[in-house]
Amino acid sequence: MSASMRVLVRRATRLSDRNIQLSAAAARASARSSSCRCFSDAAEDRSTHFGFETVPETEKAKRVYKVFENVAQRYDIMNDAMSLGIHRVWKDMLLHAMHPQPGVRLLDVAGGTGDISFRFLEYVHSQQERQKRRAARSMQTPSWQDISNNYSTEDEDGPLESRAVVCDINKEMLKVGKQKADSMGISTGLSWVVGDAEELPFDDDQFDIYTIAFGIRNVTHIDQALQEALRVLKPGGRFMCLEFSKVTNPVLARLYDAYSFQMIPVLGEVIAGDWKSYQYLVESIRKFPDQEEFTEMIEDAGFYCVQHKNLTGGVVALHSGFKL
Amino acid sequence: MWRQHLAKPSLRLYQRQCALTSKAVRVHQLHSTSTGFTDRCYDDLYPGHIHTTPIQKALLAVGSGVAALQNPYRHDMVAVLGETTGHLALINLRDRMRNDPEGNAILTERPRIRLSTLDLSKMASLPDGSFGREYLRFLEDNHVTPDSRADVKFVDNEELAYIMQRYREVHDLLHTLLGMPTNMLGEVAVKWFEAAQTGLPMCALGAVLGPLRLNARRLQSLFTSLGPWALQNGRRSRCILSIFYERRWEQSVEDLRQELNIEPPPITLSATNKKSTKKYE
Repeated sequence: MSASMRVLVRRATRLSDRNIQLSAAAARASARSSSCRCFSDAAEDRSTHFGFETVPETEKAKRVYKVFENVAQRYDIMNDAMSLGIHRVWKDMLLHAMHPQPGVRLLDVAGGTGDISFRFLEYVHSQQERQKRRAARSMQTPSWQDISNNYSTEDEDGPLESRAVVCDINKEMLKVGKQKADSMGISTGLSWVVGDAEELPFDDDQFDIYTIAFGIRNVTHIDQALQEALRVLKPGGRFMCLEFSKVTNPVLARLYDAYSFQMIPVLGEVIAGDWKSYQYLVESIRKFPDQEEFTEMIEDAGFYCVQHKNLTGGVVALHSGFKL
Repeated sequence: MWRQHLAKPSLRLYQRQCALTSKAVRVHQLHSTSTGFTDRCYDDLYPGHIHTTPIQKALLAVGSGVAALQNPYRHDMVAVLGETTGHLALINLRDRMRNDPEGNAILTERPRIRLSTLDLSKMASLPDGSFGREYLRFLEDNHVTPDSRADVKFVDNEELAYIMQRYREVHDLLHTLLGMPTNMLGEVAVKWFEAAQTGLPMCALGAVLGPLRLNARRLQSLFTSLGPWALQNGRRSRCILSIFYERRWEQSVEDLRQELNIEPPPITLSATNKKSTKKYE
């Protein structure tokens, strides 16, 4: 299929949740007219999925907001309980794939409670330490010239300071993230911004790395979020996305389904007192496109060298692309 | 291609379009193979109802039990424990209510005890010793409100869910009838009564584990006088859910107790200003 045809088909699939009742006689004519209507800006007519439910697009964002507002306080505990702590491994693997060097600027969208940003700062910090140690080792017997050079290079730590910006649409999640940062004693190099992934409050060409971990499936218009990601990245910047995806192995898929639908809402009820939010969570995972389709969406947005890597047998996929 | 299929109803439309984009097929297949949650039914039996499989109910029962034990102030966990374990007891209660004319009236009319349905000013004007006045006094003294009861979520039968809800709402009225305040000892005494009356496993569990949090003096009063009184009266009393309390505000507490076959409490516990207390010999 040509690229334009693919876009059409994909749009139609996403709009297919509408209840279109057409008589067979008027099929052809109304098909043409409704397809025109599909592509015009009739936002009130458009509906999308909220888990397995169908809701108007305008309502989805509100409902997602409410879900995360409810779960914010117990978000981290629930993550540990649901994934048995494996989510930490996934996030560490994202950081290792990212391999950030001191001095880069990170935009962590849907960063919520700050897990990725904290890891980023730690990683960059340890990289910096390693560089310093390497530099120290290479000059075991410094001459006076070297020592005086060292004094002058110490204020060059300024430009080498890495900065992470945590951007999230939900104020409760950011609040929890800020509290975590305070308790961990992290203050420099971290900022917290309220923003919508579909319309980021940043200028063009600002960031070296854009990450979105377990957030993009909650966005109503994923293509818009991808375009925004392209816009705010510097040329050469990297887009990285961690998201739940399709399990390829059929046996593991069955086990994963059983665990998701039987266990996770129960955990949500017992630990967070909220069954429905976690029911939404497992359903939204099923509604998200699979690895290949998402790769195509990232390519369509204009990224190059798009790759994906499956983690834990496809439970989570790490997608990466570059703005060139 | 996909245009022809716009004529069909929406669900099959979605399925057909999935079939065309091969990626989406796997999404749909994964739905079908998941444990019967493809078309997650939103046809709830009552507002707030959440469908659960037997496995989920078992997990909920265990999880909520552990959570309630760890933190007894998690009333929602106690509620969930009651709902997931109380099926047989609820059926038993329903049969008892059906066999009683007043209970049957309740099952048909489905009254709810809420601040919005109570006429507080009228109840305040009732004479002391009347059921309505004493109930209002109980609410004020103990700083509780009838609106704090959690809604039933996990009972898969609309009538049984109502009975569970009624049981929760009647709990405060029971405090008034028995003359027990809302401190730990009073709650345990009421739980013993309820366990003997209803047979709900949650009540039994609360009755067994509640005393663990009492000090020695209170334990003694529980085991020597309050406890046996609560158990005996729980067994011999008429079904407390079968009483149309909303029509009996004017009736005196004493009268109501006699009708229900409940003896007055042997000890007066603080936080209630019971004028009608007789020492149980």
